[in-house]
Amino acid sequence: MDFYTISSWFLYATFFIYLIAIAFFGMTLGNKRSENNKSKSTKLAISFTIIGFLSQLTSYIFRWLEAGHIPVSNLFEYIYFFGMMLILSFIVIHFVYGISTLGLIALPVAIVIIGYGSVFPTEVQPLVPSLQSNWLYIHVTTVGLAQAILSISFIAGLLYLIVKVNQEKRSKETTFLELIIYGVLATIGFITITTSFGLADYEATFVKTTEDGYEQEANYELPALFAPHNSELQSEGAFESGIEAPGWMQGVDAGMKLNTLTWSLLVGLLLYGIIRLLLRKRIGATLQDKFGKINPDVVDDIMYRAIAIGFPLFTLGGLIFAAIWAQQAWGRFWGWDPKEVWALVTWLFYAVFLHLRLTRGWHGKKSAWLAVIGFSLIMFNLIVINLVIAGLHSYA
Amino acid sequence: MSNKTVKCECGHVNHEGTVLCEACGKPISGNQHIDGNDQNDVLEMRYEGSARRSKTYKRTIVDKTWGFFSSVKVGVWLIVITLIASSLGTIYPQEQFKNSPLPSSQFYEEEYGLTGKIFYQLGFHNMYDSWWYIVLVALIGISIIIASIDRFVPLRRALKNQSVKRNEIFVKRQRLVSENNTLNDEDLTSLKENLKKKRYKVSEEDGHIMAEKNRFSRWGPYVNHIGLIIILLAAIFRMFDLMHTEEYVWVREGETRVLPNTNQEYYIENTEFIYEEYDSNEEEQFRVALENVENPVPKNFQTNAIIYRSTEDTITGQLPDMEEVTRGQIRLNQPLTFDGFALYQAGTQLESEYRTIGFDLENDEETLGSFEFDTDEAPYSFELEDGLEVEVDNYFPELEFTDNGPSSFSKFPRNPGIIFSIENPETTNVERFFYLQEDVISLSDDNELNLSVSDIDRRSASGISITRDYTLPIFGLGAAIFMIGVVQGLYWYHRRIWIHPTESSYHIGVHTNKNWFGMKKELEEITKDTNVQSFHDQQELK
Repeated sequence: MDFYTISSWFLYATFFIYLIAIAFFGMTLGNKRSENNKSKSTKLAISFTIIGFLSQLTSYIFRWLEAGHIPVSNLFEYIYFFGMMLILSFIVIHFVYGISTLGLIALPVAIVIIGYGSVFPTEVQPLVPSLQSNWLYIHVTTVGLAQAILSISFIAGLLYLIVKVNQEKRSKETTFLELIIYGVLATIGFITITTSFGLADYEATFVKTTEDGYEQEANYELPALFAPHNSELQSEGAFESGIEAPGWMQGVDAGMKLNTLTWSLLVGLLLYGIIRLLLRKRIGATLQDKFGKINPDVVDDIMYRAIAIGFPLFTLGGLIFAAIWAQQAWGRFWGWDPKEVWALVTWLFYAVFLHLRLTRGWHGKKSAWLAVIGFSLIMFNLIVINLVIAGLHSYA
Repeated sequence: MSNKTVKCECGHVNHEGTVLCEACGKPISGNQHIDGNDQNDVLEMRYEGSARRSKTYKRTIVDKTWGFFSSVKVGVWLIVITLIASSLGTIYPQEQFKNSPLPSSQFYEEEYGLTGKIFYQLGFHNMYDSWWYIVLVALIGISIIIASIDRFVPLRRALKNQSVKRNEIFVKRQRLVSENNTLNDEDLTSLKENLKKKRYKVSEEDGHIMAEKNRFSRWGPYVNHIGLIIILLAAIFRMFDLMHTEEYVWVREGETRVLPNTNQEYYIENTEFIYEEYDSNEEEQFRVALENVENPVPKNFQTNAIIYRSTEDTITGQLPDMEEVTRGQIRLNQPLTFDGFALYQAGTQLESEYRTIGFDLENDEETLGSFEFDTDEAPYSFELEDGLEVEVDNYFPELEFTDNGPSSFSKFPRNPGIIFSIENPETTNVERFFYLQEDVISLSDDNELNLSVSDIDRRSASGISITRDYTLPIFGLGAAIFMIGVVQGLYWYHRRIWIHPTESSYHIGVHTNKNWFGMKKELEEITKDTNVQSFHDQQELK
């Protein structure tokens, strides 16, 4: 039995343990339960979270042993590390503030993030020359930790919004809140559908002829709702909708990306629709009822505190360490690579957050919405920049 | 600019535009709208109600410009515009990353269609050194400087002039208050002791008590802004060659070339270029990953180099007398440094050129001889054994066929073509051969000799980038100061507690510049076992 297998087992176990922890966090809700029961559930929930974290850490260490270098060198490994740091930050926050409802957001978000990462190639990869540096350990881990801490502000912000947005009538705020929830469901949709068709080994090959007469192949792993522009299906018996991606989507993989996105959004819509039908009201409104009363000042404080810690750490890891490494590897500390630009964008955004909060008094809901936007920027940098916009950081 | 003053009832003379008396804190009538105190119960304490130039003088153009740049709202908008612009620049690759021989005017449209054309026409393909982007960053820089001065100067004066004895209104209109406490001497003593335990500096005047700690935290924002200004200045310095140069040179294996930005002073010799790939037999753990990709995964790019310095004036095109400065391996992530310069492994043309090509000449029975064509020397003829002579009729370093027959695309031996003529010693016929694409073809059907390729030696060229950057320490300094400022401002809190005696009781007012949650916790410990009533938060989120 090799380290890689052990690592995988521990990762499966981790998922399972986090799910148990969520169940126990769920038992801290409701008015019928006694305070005594609630506090017991909280203790069990946080214990399972810690066990889950240790299991994930073990999995991580075995992967490290297998690879011989720290596993932060591709998208799967980075997301994996990021998810682990998210859990770690949540555990720390739990012991400082003791708001168990936070776990009901933090853990599902972490699971979805790690699950999302698992969709990408999980095998251990060798380090290309540009990554062979000690700065890989320092830069990437600091950024991972900083982004995880910044994400805690999103989690607190989301909790704040769930509790504070007026759900009595429909408004812009309720709609945006539903959109965030839908975003999470669409991500779950993406994970589910990619994993299911992956397990079934589904494949459909399209051949696209470019204007210059070259033939390019695109391998779909999901049934094609959108074929690549100007292409023909090669695989027999594979599903074809007859619709092609629009002409301005030139790249050979553009159609496939559009297809995957559409599938995710559709499955997300299906999930959302089912839940909405069962609940017969907005998901946000249901969550508000379930979550009950929470001291908004404390949640607001968590939101701010996470950024107060995450921002300097991100500056250090995402800009300063990044610049030092870039200087050492390429002789220029800053090169306007898309990932660098997005690190700057993220940094500027949180600088705006701090200015608005500290000098213009943006607390509460305003801060919470900003925290949500900040998290979407982090996710954008993590996902879109790596997958869609090629650059020096596209190792995955 | 006039310098009118406002005298407070406590006797302190304040600058025009002061909102709260610097000494006693009493709201100065007529100025309360400046900080919005007329709308709220709680006094705005962010700048201690001090007289800020931007809020006081608004008549002349100078006043208005100052007011514009000192506004946080303006600063935030500038940042937001910059961040939106920056992110738009990443939609398609910048010109430097486009990696295509097409000119930009065609590339963006052909590759990305209409949106690409718009991207190009808006100039987004060269966004980050466009004049408007630089102007945006410069405006942020100006905003940082002016906003900081506008606040720092009066804030420092106010904190310096604050007195222990405060006006009652000031104390009662703090965010955290506890009014009408009946406190005995014992309470006061234990309060003072608790405060000192919490590292407060406690001062007293006529029964008034003020406890204060971590005032330096208020300077955090100004310190971090100084750091940012230093970084922006460093970026300006970096535009001058004196502070920063960067050049690129290709050096073939075995070749010595001048380093372009060193005034013909330094030379580099590429003694060997090493390229390694991962092998799944050696590194078993990567087997799956290596088998899943089509191309081999590189493990190392390395140039073994010797750096020389010329010891005489140079004549163009000739190597001068030189002495060795240093030698070493240049790898990715491992530059070679000397005398303020750094050399980086930046590119490779792997085995892209032919160094030597070996040939065997034979007739039907025996080998007549062999020779080696060296592309650097490109000799006109070879003498083999027995006086046999091989003539080089034509040599094309990079062979291509045009309408006028074979010619050379460049002087670099990337695809050599050589035409040989050899006089057959038996028949005395001149036989001609064409070497191309690593093979030899006979140029006539009745050739009796046989020329074949015996051996090929290729060489790689290594792309080396040479930089000298004296701005790095300045950037480092700016970054360090920024970090210090951020930490100083975010992790310490300036806290003050005023205990204000009235005829019959005590009012307590509390101010912290941040973290009210922590302040409340600390107050619990400070007032433990005393008769202080619980504090009322006048601004709690509902």
